[in-house]
Amino acid sequence: MKRATKLFATAAAVALTTAGVASAQTLDKVKKQGTLSCGVNTGLAGFSAPDDKGNWTGLDADYCRAIAAAVLGDATKVRFVPTTAKERFTALQSGEIDVLSRNTTWTLGRDSSLGLSFVGVNYYDGQGLMVKKSLGVKSGLELGGATVCVQTGTTTELNLADFFRQNKMEYKPVVFEKADETITAYQAGRCDVYTTDASGLYAQRLQMQQPDEHIVLPEIISKEPLGPSVRQGDSQWFTIVKWVHFAMLNAEEAGITKANVDQMANSTNPDVRRILGKEGEFGKGTGLGADWALQIVKQVGNYGELFEKNVGSGSRINIARGQNNLWTKGGLQYAPPIR
Amino acid sequence: MTATTNRPGPGPITRPAKPNLLYRPEFRQAIYQIVLTVGLLFAFWTIASNVSDNLARQNIASGFGFWNRTAGFDISQSLIAYSNQSTYGQAFWAGLLNTLLVAAIGIVFATILGFLVGIGRLSSNWLIARICGAYVEILRNLPLLLQLFFWYFAVLKNLPGPRQSFSLPLGASLNVRGLYLPAPVPGPGFRAVLIALAIGIVASFAVAIWAKRRQRETGERFPVLWTTLALILLLPGAVYIALGQPLSFEYPALRGFNFQGGIAIQPELMALVVGLSTYTASFIAEIVRAGIAGVPRGQREAANAVGLSKGLTMRLVILPQALRIIIPPLTSQYLNLAKNSSLAVAIGYPDFVSVFTGTVLNQTGQAVEVILLTMLVFLTISLITSAFMNWFNKHIALVER
Repeated sequence: MKRATKLFATAAAVALTTAGVASAQTLDKVKKQGTLSCGVNTGLAGFSAPDDKGNWTGLDADYCRAIAAAVLGDATKVRFVPTTAKERFTALQSGEIDVLSRNTTWTLGRDSSLGLSFVGVNYYDGQGLMVKKSLGVKSGLELGGATVCVQTGTTTELNLADFFRQNKMEYKPVVFEKADETITAYQAGRCDVYTTDASGLYAQRLQMQQPDEHIVLPEIISKEPLGPSVRQGDSQWFTIVKWVHFAMLNAEEAGITKANVDQMANSTNPDVRRILGKEGEFGKGTGLGADWALQIVKQVGNYGELFEKNVGSGSRINIARGQNNLWTKGGLQYAPPIR
Repeated sequence: MTATTNRPGPGPITRPAKPNLLYRPEFRQAIYQIVLTVGLLFAFWTIASNVSDNLARQNIASGFGFWNRTAGFDISQSLIAYSNQSTYGQAFWAGLLNTLLVAAIGIVFATILGFLVGIGRLSSNWLIARICGAYVEILRNLPLLLQLFFWYFAVLKNLPGPRQSFSLPLGASLNVRGLYLPAPVPGPGFRAVLIALAIGIVASFAVAIWAKRRQRETGERFPVLWTTLALILLLPGAVYIALGQPLSFEYPALRGFNFQGGIAIQPELMALVVGLSTYTASFIAEIVRAGIAGVPRGQREAANAVGLSKGLTMRLVILPQALRIIIPPLTSQYLNLAKNSSLAVAIGYPDFVSVFTGTVLNQTGQAVEVILLTMLVFLTISLITSAFMNWFNKHIALVER
């Protein structure tokens, strides 16, 4: 009932209070409050999860910090709001959060009918299938008749239906609201298969009782471009959140890191000087300070650093950079120039 | 006016003039009610138009256009034909029926268990009374969600996988995927057995009415229970054997990952029914105990005095009076059970809240419409239950003389 109440409250909030929120400039609101309300996952290692001291860590959590660094000049001024898959859009629509940074797939339906806009892709993902090794299954096409544990309110649920329908196989879904319950049921043997985005599968396998007993099947059954989103109707805020990502990519491309950002500020390279606000006034047009990108890199880091720290070689999940590498290194991450 | 007061004595009695319309109480009441109604209507209209304006301004889709769109997701258990190519409207009905199924089964079990425990708590047997007391105190004092998790995860984890399932008598199997029962497949001529059963039921009603009338007239009692059992069991049984047992069973068998065939009962459904009915039964037990304790002692003593046995005293004297006290709070428990079934979402049972307020809401993103419909559905279920219980209450209430 608690969840229902919460949903109801947010729905009521949509009904009654949106008039104020939609027209107000999010940037002014955030500056006035002095904190950024950022919707994150309730717990997905590598993306957004509280560590043993209660600090939020992960790629999505660091995105929130980067926005706070750019807007408020202080990466710690973030209020993290954990949301379930079911609650996330209502939380954004109602104005409870200023930005949703919660491994959310960018689709046309969500972009067009939920009143929100995706700003970009901070992680290129795809849906995978995990089974117990003991099942002896080597491919997703051998799963006819299987029972599948899945989390509600996700594109995962729809891709799953499509995959089995397309391959003319039967299956039984068991649908849970939270990732924890889904995994517990899968481990208890309620399901043969657990499915979610491949990054999530690798992250969650680490937390299982016997990680080695589970394998991720080779099939990637969908494309899942994950990215942050903001409310429609505030183009200034949209631009800011979008360029925070581009700034982190440009910084990586130009070789600016958290460690060398102060030396780089004295660089003679015009590209670096523009990124770090030494030439031109690119922050002004969006209502930010000249050093907005400098603050991001200095306080949080560039995209590559965040990737390696949270999901890459510097983390236990150890996902290869792959599609998420810079375009110059064969990946898909490409940012328009700062000039 | 002054003239009349100054001159006492006979004369036309002047009644006080009819008060001004504004000062008439009926008129005032009507005005207040009209003003209030208009005010409320205006408030609702403001909210509704605000919502639709704001949704339009924020570019959020609104309206019920999604109802006929393809849903694209699957539901693990559905009482109606449903596939991922069905519409959101069909998903609504599939979820609603699943909720009604749980509520109906839960109410039946909770009532039976609740009455047994409630009566047991009043038992003169020390052990039975204490066990029933402990049952009530433990179950009603633990949060329901916790109990559901216990039944689902604690019990589920201890069941074997499909390949090592427990074999139960009569070809049933139990494993972590659920309870698999043989499904009856009616053969030719099975209809005759059903007809015999119907005749048996009608006949036993007739016997009961006849026996009641005879007892009223002559005072002689008739063994209604045994006759009824014979009519309902033996008559169709005889026809069944005479026709050469026209019923076969389809047994569940392990094929691929899971058991196929037969009737499968999901563990989510089992956990939910067990959790809801044991929890609600603890409250019903207290209501029953209160109802029985609320019948004056004199009634029991009087029944003893006229020589009624203990069982008959309970059935004919105590329970009918206790029911008057029991029914109204029992209704609330039924309503609670129906509403608590929405906790199903936590343990993966595809109830109305999980399917409609969960998946449909999220895939369409139309929170306002979906939440409104959800409230409407729960309100309707509750009002219907409550209307039925009120009717039943009136029906069994003793006529005071």
